[in-house]
Amino acid sequence: MIEIRNLRKTFPHKDAQNKNAEKVAVDGLSLTIETGEIFGLLGPNGAGKTTTIRMLTMLTRPTEGEILYDGKRVGDDDDALAIKQMIGVVPQNLNFDQDLTVGENLELHARLYHMSKAERESRIAELLEYVELSGVVNDGVRRLSGGMKRRLLIARALIHHPEILFLDEPTVALDPQVRWRIWELVHRLANDGATVLITTHYIEEAEELCDRVAIMNKGKLIAVDTPKNFISRLGRFVVEWRDDAKRDFRLFDTREDASRFIGTLDTAASIRETNLEDVFIELTGRKEGL
Amino acid sequence: MLADIWTVFWRDWTVLKHRMTAFILSRMVAPMLYLIAFGWGLGRNIQPTGGGSYIDFLVPGILALNSMNISFNSVTPVHAERVYHKSIEEYIIAPIRPFAYVVGKVLAAVLRGMISSAIIITLAYAFGAHFTITPLFLLVLILNCAVFAGIGFAAAMYLGTYEQMGQVNTYILLPMSFLCGTFFSTRALPDALRVAIECLPLTHTSYLLRGIGSGAEVSMISVAVLAAYLVAVLFISGKAFVNLRK
Ligand SMILES: Nc1ncnc2c1ncn2[C@@H]1O[C@H](COP(=O)(O)OP(=O)(O)O)[C@@H](O)[C@H]1O
Ligand SMILES: [Mg+2]
Repeated sequence: MIEIRNLRKTFPHKDAQNKNAEKVAVDGLSLTIETGEIFGLLGPNGAGKTTTIRMLTMLTRPTEGEILYDGKRVGDDDDALAIKQMIGVVPQNLNFDQDLTVGENLELHARLYHMSKAERESRIAELLEYVELSGVVNDGVRRLSGGMKRRLLIARALIHHPEILFLDEPTVALDPQVRWRIWELVHRLANDGATVLITTHYIEEAEELCDRVAIMNKGKLIAVDTPKNFISRLGRFVVEWRDDAKRDFRLFDTREDASRFIGTLDTAASIRETNLEDVFIELTGRKEGL
Repeated sequence: MLADIWTVFWRDWTVLKHRMTAFILSRMVAPMLYLIAFGWGLGRNIQPTGGGSYIDFLVPGILALNSMNISFNSVTPVHAERVYHKSIEEYIIAPIRPFAYVVGKVLAAVLRGMISSAIIITLAYAFGAHFTITPLFLLVLILNCAVFAGIGFAAAMYLGTYEQMGQVNTYILLPMSFLCGTFFSTRALPDALRVAIECLPLTHTSYLLRGIGSGAEVSMISVAVLAAYLVAVLFISGKAFVNLRK
């Protein structure tokens, strides 16, 4: 179980008026993530998702608040080494060692996580096979295509059989087939008991994968629930219409309520079932043009 | 801890293995030029005060400045790993102690420094220089490599741009290469400058190597000074690495 209590992160942010101005990246976040669940962190760009993951993985120090893994506080002590050993991270940015080959990048990771030679070799071969990169094991990482790099990033995070996996926008720029494979992989890991925290701005990804979803905006937690509950809470039906070429919509509990509302409109409108995207837009504020 | 140091070292060794020939060839250029220009060319007309030939005086100085440059520059890629590639984050996330990273990097730089020192020693003998290599001689060389690898590491942690890393080379290492008892005795310098220069680690290395190489008595205080520099730079580097977790 991961407990996040009142987590806050500010960055110094100098501007013309105020040299000591601060940028609040994460603002009083409290969450509990249960062991074995797939938890989604959803939010627009700049919501604070990456900063949250960086604090959870000990890359960034919180300004305030605390993080507990199974009751153990994250600090700079020995516990942190034990916690780190069970964490796997797929960062948002590709951070390979540019001077090593594909295979060597994986071997470095396996060594950092204290795996024996035999374990390393079989695990690396198995994962390369799974992400279909066996053929490029001796190539420099610079030579891989974007999609290959993403797949390698995921393979690397899984080498040491992490019990907790953090995935920061793992399927950006991937083909649909590859994305499906990764979803399948995440499901498999969760079935085997791993805890997964995934950030994404693909709503369908969250809907497909996550047991629970937290919606963040501007550093703050807006709501946490299962995708199903979000939809039933906010209304299972959507009426959509166009108003001066702008899309607008409203959520209703029943189809009857929705139909009645359409009767009051003087433009053409349609009814459909609510999806997580509607929930997301409803909760994080409607943008221009939507 | 030892296993983690080895992992960090293994990474640098793997990279070095890819480019061993290129590394060795490129490291021969500068010392060859020094030996030819100053040893053979100019050196014929120079008679050092302590007796012996100028090339015997020069070789320990070249060993000192070369091991400084090589070790320092072996660690400079860490700057790009921190600022551009972010590959250093793999180590911050990993279950290893920060100190293991620093020590592993420094040891890898010592290896490079010692490989290039071996090349110079071979070249110097080929040029007809006379000096004896003792265990203490090697210890001093290793200490010198480690001190400047540590300084390189700290620079890679604190400096913002790659350009600034280059400026350390130009404004700190290059002047030290020439002034720290490498090509001529610090006695030739004006007093104020001389005192400052004699505090620098490279000066201690030059004098130690020259003394040991010619079989003279050397000051163990200088060895202690180098060791103290090493402890200080390792401490600063370790702190800097921990502070990457802003
Ligand atoms: N190292 C940093 N220095 C300054 N500001 C930062 C830094 N990292 C993130 N921020 C700011 O914090 C906010 C949250 O960023 P981030 O966590 O990356 O959001 P997300 O991953 O949800 O897109 C953004 O406004 C971003 O500009
Ligand atoms: Mg992000």
